Amino acid sequence: MTFLGIPTASSTGHLRAPRTFPEAAHDALGNAQLRRNLGDATATIRAKRAGVVAELPDWEQLRAAGAAIKDETLAHLDEYLIQLEEQVTERGGVVHWARDADEANRTVVELVRAAGADEVVKVKSMATQEIALNEALADAGITALETDLAELIVQLGHDAPSHILVPAIHRNRSEIREIFLREMAGVDPALTDDPRALAEAARTYLRRKFLSAQVAISGANFAVAEAGTLCVFESEGNGRMCLTLPRTLITVMGIEKLVPTWRDLEVFLQTLPRSSTGERMNPYTSMWTGATEGQQFHLVLLDNGRTATLADPHGRSALRCIRCSACLNVCPVYERTGGHAYGSVYPGPIGAVLSPQLTGVEHNPTLPFASSLCGACFDACPVAIDIPSMLIHLRAQVVDAKREAHHTPTPEAAIMAAAAWTMNRPRWWARGLRAARLSRFVRRRRALPPPLSAWTASRDLPDPPRETLRDWWQREGGVQ
Amino acid sequence: MRIAVFATCLVDGLFADVGKATIALLRRLGHDVDLPLEQTCCGQMHVNTGYPREALPLVRRYVDTFARYDAVVAPSGSCTGAIRHQHAELAGAAGDATLAEAAREVASRTFELSEFLVDRLGVTDVGAYFPHRVTYHPTCHSLRLLRVGDRPYRLLRAVRGIELVELPSADACCGFGGTFALKNGEVSTAMLADKMRCILDTGAGVCAAGDASCLMHIGGGLSRLQAGVRTVHLAEILASTESSAA
Ligand code: SF4
Repeated sequence: MTFLGIPTASSTGHLRAPRTFPEAAHDALGNAQLRRNLGDATATIRAKRAGVVAELPDWEQLRAAGAAIKDETLAHLDEYLIQLEEQVTERGGVVHWARDADEANRTVVELVRAAGADEVVKVKSMATQEIALNEALADAGITALETDLAELIVQLGHDAPSHILVPAIHRNRSEIREIFLREMAGVDPALTDDPRALAEAARTYLRRKFLSAQVAISGANFAVAEAGTLCVFESEGNGRMCLTLPRTLITVMGIEKLVPTWRDLEVFLQTLPRSSTGERMNPYTSMWTGATEGQQFHLVLLDNGRTATLADPHGRSALRCIRCSACLNVCPVYERTGGHAYGSVYPGPIGAVLSPQLTGVEHNPTLPFASSLCGACFDACPVAIDIPSMLIHLRAQVVDAKREAHHTPTPEAAIMAAAAWTMNRPRWWARGLRAARLSRFVRRRRALPPPLSAWTASRDLPDPPRETLRDWWQREGGVQ
Repeated sequence: MRIAVFATCLVDGLFADVGKATIALLRRLGHDVDLPLEQTCCGQMHVNTGYPREALPLVRRYVDTFARYDAVVAPSGSCTGAIRHQHAELAGAAGDATLAEAAREVASRTFELSEFLVDRLGVTDVGAYFPHRVTYHPTCHSLRLLRVGDRPYRLLRAVRGIELVELPSADACCGFGGTFALKNGEVSTAMLADKMRCILDTGAGVCAAGDASCLMHIGGGLSRLQAGVRTVHLAEILASTESSAA
C-alpha cells in the first residue's frame, strides 16, 4: 500500500517516518513559501493563545487538574473502558476492539459494507489518520470524503496533513484557491482567494454530500465513561452534520481518550479550545450517547501501541495528550520544518515522542532528536506533559537499541565514552583543554570533518583563549 | 560563606574570560571564591544525547567536588538546570539513593549567577560600568528550566553607561541545543538565522546572555556574517568597571 508514493507500514498505519528527520527537514527548510506560511500561521495562533490563556487566573491549576484527571484515568484504564463499553452497549451502540491499524480498518470496512455504502463522510479525526483508514477504504472501493475544511483541502490537494489541528497550515489561500479550481467538481471558475468565498465554495460542495451519505465516520475528543457519551469539539459545524444526518455512525477512538465523569470534562472544555485555536470556547461541541432511533452506532476502540506506551513508566504521560497542538505552534523546530518532516501523522514535539512510543524507537530513531530541548512545548501543554524529559528518555532508548544492534560502538558512542572518561580525570581533562588551544590554527577553516562540519557550515568556531581558566587559576587565580 | 565557582567545561576550556569575570565580580562584592580543580563537566551533553550511564560518574564528581562549599555559582543557566533537574534523577535511576540525596543537597546550594546575586546576595547594583548598546537573549534553560525571570534585566538595568534595548522574540530558542546543532545542523542554522535577524534589528553592538553555549552559537553565526556585533556574557558586563571597561 502506498500513500503519496510513500510506502506505509501496514500494522501501525501512518506512524513511521519513511525518511530521517534531518533529510526531510532539509527539503522543508529550502521551501521559502512553506517557511513563510508556517511562520505567519504559527505566530498568529501563538499570540491568540497567549492572550486567552493569560485571561485565566487559574490556568496553572487547570493544567494540573487536566494532568491529574488523565493520570487517574490511565491508572485505571481497564475499568473505565469496560464501564464505557457497558454504557454504550446499554444505549444501543456496538463496541469493537482493535489491536492495531489493520484490525481497526478491517472492522470499519466491514461495517461500511454491511451498511451497503460505497461512500462515507468523515469528521476530522486523528485516529483515522493514524491508521490510514482512508487508504484502506479506497482499497475496498469505498470513497471517503473529509468534511473538515482544512482536511478537505489536504485531501483534494493529494497532500498529507502537516498539523494536528490545521492540517493545511502549510498552504496559503492562493494555493487553496488553485486546489479548489483544479479538483472541486462544479466550482465557480471565477472563485477568488477571499477566505469567505473559499469557505462558501467548500460549503456548497459538501452540502450535497451530507445529504446523500449513508455512513459517517468520526473520531472523538473525549468519551465520558460513566455515561457512555462520545464528544467531538469542532469549529465549523460540518462534523455535526455528519454526526446527525447519516443512518450509520462509526467512531474510531484511541483507548486513552476517556475521562471518568462529566465533571472531569469541565476542565478540558476550558483548556482545549484555548490551547488549540486560542478561543475561549469552541464553537461546536457535539455529544452523543449510544444510538438514536433509526440509526446505528459503532464504536471502534483502538490500541495500536497504546498499551505498550502505558506500560512504560517514562512514556505513559504521552497518553495524557488531548491533541490540542499548542506544542506544535510554540515549537521553533516545527515552525521551520512543518509537519511533513516528522513523517508521521503526529508532528511537532508531541509527535517526536508519541510516534516512537507507539511504534517502538527502532522505527522512528531520529524523531527524539528533532528538538533543541528549549522547553517551550512543556510550558504550553495544557496537560503538562514534560516532553523534553521524555525526548531525553527516548534518546537513551535509541542509543541502547544501537548498542545492541552493533557489536562495535558507533563513532558517536566512542566519542561520548572517551569524553566521559576524560571528564572524570581532571588531569587528563586539563591536558585536553590545553590541547584545544591548537584549534586556534583551524579556527577560520570553514570545513571541519563530520560531525563538526554541521557546525562550520554556518558558524565560526570560537577563538580559544591563550590559557585555560584552570591554568590561569593555578598561575595567579588564588591571589586576591 | 565559602563560595565555589563551577566554571562549566565550556568556560574552562574556551571562554576563560567568563570564568575570570565571575570570580572577579564575586570578589569585588567581598566574597572568598574558590575554583576547585577537581571539577570538570555537569554531564548534560551526555544525558541530552542519550548517554545517561556515561554521565553518572560526572554526577558523583560534581557532588564530591562541591559538597564542602556553602554555595556553588555557575555562569550558566543550562548547566545549573542540568544539576538541579538531572543529577538526582540520574543517581536515583541507577539505584544509588545515597548519591541521589547528596546530589539533591548540593543542587539546592548551586546557583546560576543572576539567581545568586539577586536571591542569595540580595544585590542588583553590582557597581558595574559598561558604556555600550546591549540587547539580552534570555536563553531557554535560564528562562524555562530555572525561571530566572527578570533577574538578569534587573542587574543590567543597574549598570552605569549601558543602553539596554529589547530583543524581539527574546524567548525564542537560538537553535543551539547542544548536539542538536550537529545532529540537525540545518534546522539549527535556520533558527539561528532568525535569532540573528532579531539581534541585528535592535541596532545593538553587543548581544549578551547568561550561557556561554548559546553565546558560542550566536557568536559563531554573527562572526560568519561579519555583522560587527559581539557576544558578551552577563558576567563580563557585571564585572566590568570604569577602570576595566571591556
Ligand atoms: S502534547 Fe500537550 S500541547 Fe501537545 S498536542 Fe498534546 S496536549 Fe496539546
